[in-house]
Amino acid sequence: MANLLEFRNVTKTYTRGYFSEAGTTALADFSMTLKEDEPTIMTVAGESGSGKTTLAMLLLGFIDPTKGEILYKGKNINKLRGEDRLNYRREVQAVFQDPFAVFNPFYTVDHLLTVPIEKFKLAKSKADARNKMEEALSSVGLRPEDILGRFPHQLSGGQRQRINVARALLLKPKVLVADEPVSMVDASLRANILESLRSLHRDHGVSIIYITHDLTTAYHVANSIVVLYKGGVMEAGDIDNVIQKPQHPYTRLLIDSIPWPDVDRRWGSDGMMVKESETTDKGGKGCRFAARCPHVKDSCLHTPPPLYRVAQTQVASCVLYDNNPVLPATQLTDVLPV
Amino acid sequence: MTPILQIRDLQVSYYTDLGRATALNRVNLDLNAGEKLGLVGESGSGKSTMALAMMRMIKAPGRIESGSVTVGGVDLISLNDEEMRLARLSRIAYIPQGAMNSLNPVMRIGAQMVDAIKAHVPNMSQADMTEQCMQALESVDLKRNVFQMYAHELSGGMKQRVCIAIGILLKPQVIIADEPTSALDVVTQRQVMETIDRVQKEMGTAVILIGHDMGLMAQFVDKVAVMYAGRLTEVSTVRDMFSKPMHPYAQALIKSLPNLSNKGVFQGIAGLAPSLLRIPNGCAFHPRCPQAMDVCKTTIPDVKEYEGNRLVACHLYTEGA
Repeated sequence: MANLLEFRNVTKTYTRGYFSEAGTTALADFSMTLKEDEPTIMTVAGESGSGKTTLAMLLLGFIDPTKGEILYKGKNINKLRGEDRLNYRREVQAVFQDPFAVFNPFYTVDHLLTVPIEKFKLAKSKADARNKMEEALSSVGLRPEDILGRFPHQLSGGQRQRINVARALLLKPKVLVADEPVSMVDASLRANILESLRSLHRDHGVSIIYITHDLTTAYHVANSIVVLYKGGVMEAGDIDNVIQKPQHPYTRLLIDSIPWPDVDRRWGSDGMMVKESETTDKGGKGCRFAARCPHVKDSCLHTPPPLYRVAQTQVASCVLYDNNPVLPATQLTDVLPV
Repeated sequence: MTPILQIRDLQVSYYTDLGRATALNRVNLDLNAGEKLGLVGESGSGKSTMALAMMRMIKAPGRIESGSVTVGGVDLISLNDEEMRLARLSRIAYIPQGAMNSLNPVMRIGAQMVDAIKAHVPNMSQADMTEQCMQALESVDLKRNVFQMYAHELSGGMKQRVCIAIGILLKPQVIIADEPTSALDVVTQRQVMETIDRVQKEMGTAVILIGHDMGLMAQFVDKVAVMYAGRLTEVSTVRDMFSKPMHPYAQALIKSLPNLSNKGVFQGIAGLAPSLLRIPNGCAFHPRCPQAMDVCKTTIPDVKEYEGNRLVACHLYTEGA
């Protein structure tokens, strides 16, 4: 099976000038593989500053990794040239968080769709281009006659976000990076956008990397999940396992903090205290979560725990599970179902 | 018990080039001391306009057309500008959307808090003011040394809590929080909401929480008010709202929520929210309503009271009976 996309021990460190000794590690030694013939929806979850967006930026080639490499169809994406690069640019698409910021207010929304058609020479004629645009819009549940020729300010946030999905669809991508695509959209429209994303995966075989801090929506769309905290993988695996039986204390905290729309399921019913996120960082050599963890032991402060395989399709990086076999970080993909 | 907050027939319009948009249409609402009300609705349904109207902060081209907002026996709408200035923060406080970005980056947190007190109680001594600010900071779980800090030294959640501290400085009777956690992640969101909850219980303040996150509402409020196109469609206790919503819009809203038991089922609300310039005749929700009847297209339903102190504006419950 050919690997479509591969992260090999990718580390990204943001440094502050030449003189500051310690930088911020936004992503540490991350390895992951997407297979070409098994499209999946993978969630990357975590709070602000956990490295989610850095992962997206690396994948899209906007920033270079400090260590390690990212391969697309076996080639390092930072060294792609010519036709390979054009292919990569077409086949890896993104939908960003803010549906208001990606449109240029001076152009009609057609612009967003016609530019990629011209750039990648997708259409033979103007009529063909128009057909393709209409087809893409229809497949995300929009009526082309309502959309084409309008200016961005005339459309709602939900419509705009769906146009972004349509644009991605137009290019027939292999991978779609969706960075918080519904966090700025009304609750009633979220469902529509998530449904568009899912049909993209189901009907067009697109692999989706869904980046979010909202585990409820993640649970509904994704197959697998990777929970990041300060750039490290805390827990990963099958989404049903991780959400229903979270093992790592951080994942438990995240899940416990979801405001469930259920009057009988109140916050704090699991009895875990929310600790201050701004408490001091103890060294940073050991487990990243040690400063906030209620189960912290001395050993946590010295070496970061490896990934322990707590179930067939679930790993947790926590010493609480050190009687389980260790999974090397490079084989993370083994526990992510498709 | 007389409600601490009484809103009667409040009407707000925006005069635009395209005509008059009625953003708030004859809204009535009561809130008791110590009660927490959630105000939900889609973008453009008038939630924030309602908050601004209560603070009398509607700017041109908007205008409060009529109605009254009574807080602790005083009608805010009839106050003159100076009296209203004093009433803000001491009677009714407003924590705006994205409040954490409203802190002045070149002033220390303490100086900004002292400013707020000075504007209301000019003859308090400097030491008392500082003490009062520090106490407010402590009551929102911040350390006293935050007083000396600048906004950039704080995280998003801490900044949001500073804004809550400013909101409670003068112990207002009503606090309005407009999406206080929309830019925060779930863990920080929970910390901020728990802070508001605790402060609210200690002071017995009434809180209005504005937002569209129904999950947050279920966790936090006692009563939920659903707005649609500038009108209240249903006001119920949170338990009634989540277990058996009456208004079809509220039903659709509850049904569209993701939860753990219905994995993979998405149910959005068909259609789009109407523009306030072209509100449909009759019930504004009828073009999207699955149970619309003929009368809905012509007559605006009145708000009626039903069992369990529920207020609902829908023909379904009056015509059928």
